[in-house]
Amino acid sequence: MPTIWLVVSLFVLSAIGYFVGRNRALQSAGGDTRDLHSLPIYYGMNVALTALIPALSVLVIWVLAQPMIIDTQVSRTIPAELIPESSTRGLVMSDVRRVAEGLDLAVSLGGMTEADSQAINAETTDVRARLGEYGVALGSDVRPEVLKAAQTYRNLTATASLAMNLVVAVLAIGGLAFAYSKTHKDFRARNVVERGVLALLIFAASLAILTTVGIVFSMLFETLNFFSLHDWKDFFLGTTWAPNFRGDSELSILPLLWGTLYISFIALLVAVPVGLFAAVYLSEYASGATRAFAKPLLEILAGIPTIVYGLFALLTVGPMLVRVFGRGDNGLLGVEWMAGATSVLTAGIVMGIMLIPFVSSLSDDIINAVPQSMRDGSLGLGATKSETVRQVVLPAALPGIVGAVLLAASRAIGETMIVVMGAGAIAKFSLNPLESMTTITTRIVSQLTGDTDFASPETLVAFALGLTLFVLTLGLNVLALLIVRKYREQYE
Amino acid sequence: MSDISQTPENGSSKHAGSLLTPNPRTIKRNNAEKRFQVYGIAAIAVGLLMLVVLVTTILGKGVGAYSQTFITLDVELLEKKLDKKGTRNIDDIKKVTTFGYSPLIKNAFKTKVAELGIETDLKLKKQAALLSKSAAGQLRNYVIANPDMIGETVTFRFLTNSRVDGYMKGRVSRDSIANDKSVSSEQLDLVDELVAKGTIKKTFNIDFILGADASDQRPEAAGMGVSMLGSLSMMFVVLGLALPIGVAASIYLEEFAPQNWLTDIIEVNISNLAAVPSIVFGILGLAVFINYMHLPTSAPLVGGLVLTLMTLPTIIISTRASLKSVPPSIRDAALGVGASKMQAVFHHVLPLAAPGILTGTIIGLAQALGETAPLLLIGMVGFIASNAPDSVASGLLDPNSAMPAQIYEWAKRADPAFYERAWGGIIILLVFLVTMNTVAVILRRRFERRW
Repeated sequence: MPTIWLVVSLFVLSAIGYFVGRNRALQSAGGDTRDLHSLPIYYGMNVALTALIPALSVLVIWVLAQPMIIDTQVSRTIPAELIPESSTRGLVMSDVRRVAEGLDLAVSLGGMTEADSQAINAETTDVRARLGEYGVALGSDVRPEVLKAAQTYRNLTATASLAMNLVVAVLAIGGLAFAYSKTHKDFRARNVVERGVLALLIFAASLAILTTVGIVFSMLFETLNFFSLHDWKDFFLGTTWAPNFRGDSELSILPLLWGTLYISFIALLVAVPVGLFAAVYLSEYASGATRAFAKPLLEILAGIPTIVYGLFALLTVGPMLVRVFGRGDNGLLGVEWMAGATSVLTAGIVMGIMLIPFVSSLSDDIINAVPQSMRDGSLGLGATKSETVRQVVLPAALPGIVGAVLLAASRAIGETMIVVMGAGAIAKFSLNPLESMTTITTRIVSQLTGDTDFASPETLVAFALGLTLFVLTLGLNVLALLIVRKYREQYE
Repeated sequence: MSDISQTPENGSSKHAGSLLTPNPRTIKRNNAEKRFQVYGIAAIAVGLLMLVVLVTTILGKGVGAYSQTFITLDVELLEKKLDKKGTRNIDDIKKVTTFGYSPLIKNAFKTKVAELGIETDLKLKKQAALLSKSAAGQLRNYVIANPDMIGETVTFRFLTNSRVDGYMKGRVSRDSIANDKSVSSEQLDLVDELVAKGTIKKTFNIDFILGADASDQRPEAAGMGVSMLGSLSMMFVVLGLALPIGVAASIYLEEFAPQNWLTDIIEVNISNLAAVPSIVFGILGLAVFINYMHLPTSAPLVGGLVLTLMTLPTIIISTRASLKSVPPSIRDAALGVGASKMQAVFHHVLPLAAPGILTGTIIGLAQALGETAPLLLIGMVGFIASNAPDSVASGLLDPNSAMPAQIYEWAKRADPAFYERAWGGIIILLVFLVTMNTVAVILRRRFERRW
């Protein structure tokens, strides 16, 4: 990967810059640091950063932008009438990219020379078979225009990479020379360096925005692709989830949403009472020693990876439930209500256990924020401690607790591993908690793992599901934070 | 007291009780109080009980993976089978496939059984089926590494197959194999005899910790080592990216950011990102790093990038907290003796906040280490059967697995022998997490300063 070497040489260059800049500043002051405007390291840093930062940022932007620009360029070369009826430009472009990658691989394995890869002709050679020899599997035969576009694609990529190396090298050396020439004892190096560092800090902080933008856009584009292939009415309003890789699938979110909400509901049914009572006891009754002992232990439950809970659901809780509710006459209840270990109840219970510390520590904070004077007032009127808690503390803390429950609900909705392993894969509307059902996250995992074809609605639906999930959890979080914040203001 | 103060009519008769004997209403209220306390205690007990159940289940089911059943055999490395030309040419030796090695193992088994004087009606093929399918491969690797030993008789310790191992560990019983084609009751009789003679033994199995994954036919040979390396390289990526970026972002937000809408947006974004489901980061990684930037699938680099984005909010939040805990007097003193604002932060505030930052980073890393869902989407479940030294060199861009993803893979294979390994893998994962969290707690205790 030559880009790595480019980055390494940039860093080496900037290290050299540091030393030459520092020496030049010292020399201009005749070796006496007191004559310098700034400390010597700032002169070195100035040269090093001027050489490194512009070059590195151009490199990063180039690497990010190049595929997009080349895509549009190449896509323009394919005439609209050559795109088959059943296909779209995006689909043809993904074919083009795959052929280009195949050619790259063939060249790098030594099976083809660079000239071969340019001269190869779809009308005379069976490109699919030829690339198949190098382990490149193509879905269909390569049409001439696709091959031609793939060759253009490779040429453009090669030219662009060369240009990138040149531009980056020129920028780095130019930056170094520029900063070096400015290095003088009167140069205000510290101010310049500090301004540069501040810019870097701002950039780091805005990465959070970039990530959000990245999340939203990456899912939005693919979701739009999905809706161009699949009716949005079926997605939002249909009632059946039946992906079918031969096409003609019914992809509706409603059964998945039902499973998700049902499982989350059961999880909250477990977590909220247990977590809330634990929080009340810990903050109102427990002695310091009990609190110091029980609180960290409970919080361990929150630190256990979800894969562990998933395995626990699949191999311990599920079979245990089957022993109680299933197996006919051999079971504990002698009933045959549960066929397999995966069920809504299995996933719900285990997820509930996971959420206990989440609910308890959030509610604990909120209960502690209720002013002591309110408790004292209630106790002074003769209420018992539990009456105080029920009639004064909890009502006062209620908005905050609702916020905590909403946060827990958003956790439950977005939780993946427990439902992947414990909930099952059948999408249906059912009220029976002993049946297996499936959730949004489970379907995202199953649609996006294994061999995926990013041109089929069956794969792209995962992005629409992801976007729905993102919006759903984001909405819950914002609502919860608003409630919590409003409540806090009341007592401050 | 005013005249209209309520004086109960016949008050004396209504409240006739003494203070010393509680009236029914007081008893009811006191009982409600006690019940309420019991609910609280019960809730905590439920939570702690779940923790205990979880830990005992993991330990109870996982410890078995660390011991494995081995059989000791003396194999005669016949020259006519392994090197027909007798030239010890390594290329000729490599031409012999594992298929060619199995007769040697069968012979060795036959000799062993005869030597020990065990009578059995089983066919030799059935007898040798007690060994793991990896035995021939192990023998072949040995011969290729030591071609000089051809013609000699060498003592080997082979893995037995997973059913025999399960029998030794009590997972497989004579009742449970009634419908099992791969092992019969007669074979287990033979195992019993071999155990009695000391040929089959259950010992500690270091290969589970250091070895690579194995195909689903050979659960006895699967190990966690390679996926541990995968996780380790991802953690390096996360540490190398998330720590500097997170610290830089926190310094800006805490020390330099003006109160304006941009800062608000950044802060809202960070708190929202902290609550985004991890699988969404997986989708982001798939769409941006793999589909758009064409980075290789299953590469630790991509996994590390995704986990970096996921851990950044955690690190930023804890770093900001520890920067905030450094008192303003430190900054004022530094500015007072002529430091620039940047110097005050980098020379004084940052070093004082370092222990807190480190603690937060370790906790963030621990969170990233246990994360599974995003790794599934970017395909970090590469099946790596090569052993440790080969796969280390390959670096960040070659397919690898990660510990939680490996555990998930085993759990999916629906074989009790793999379930045992999944639980065993969880023990390793938890050992890492406990160690990291302990280090974080110790760091906090040791270096935390109260101002």
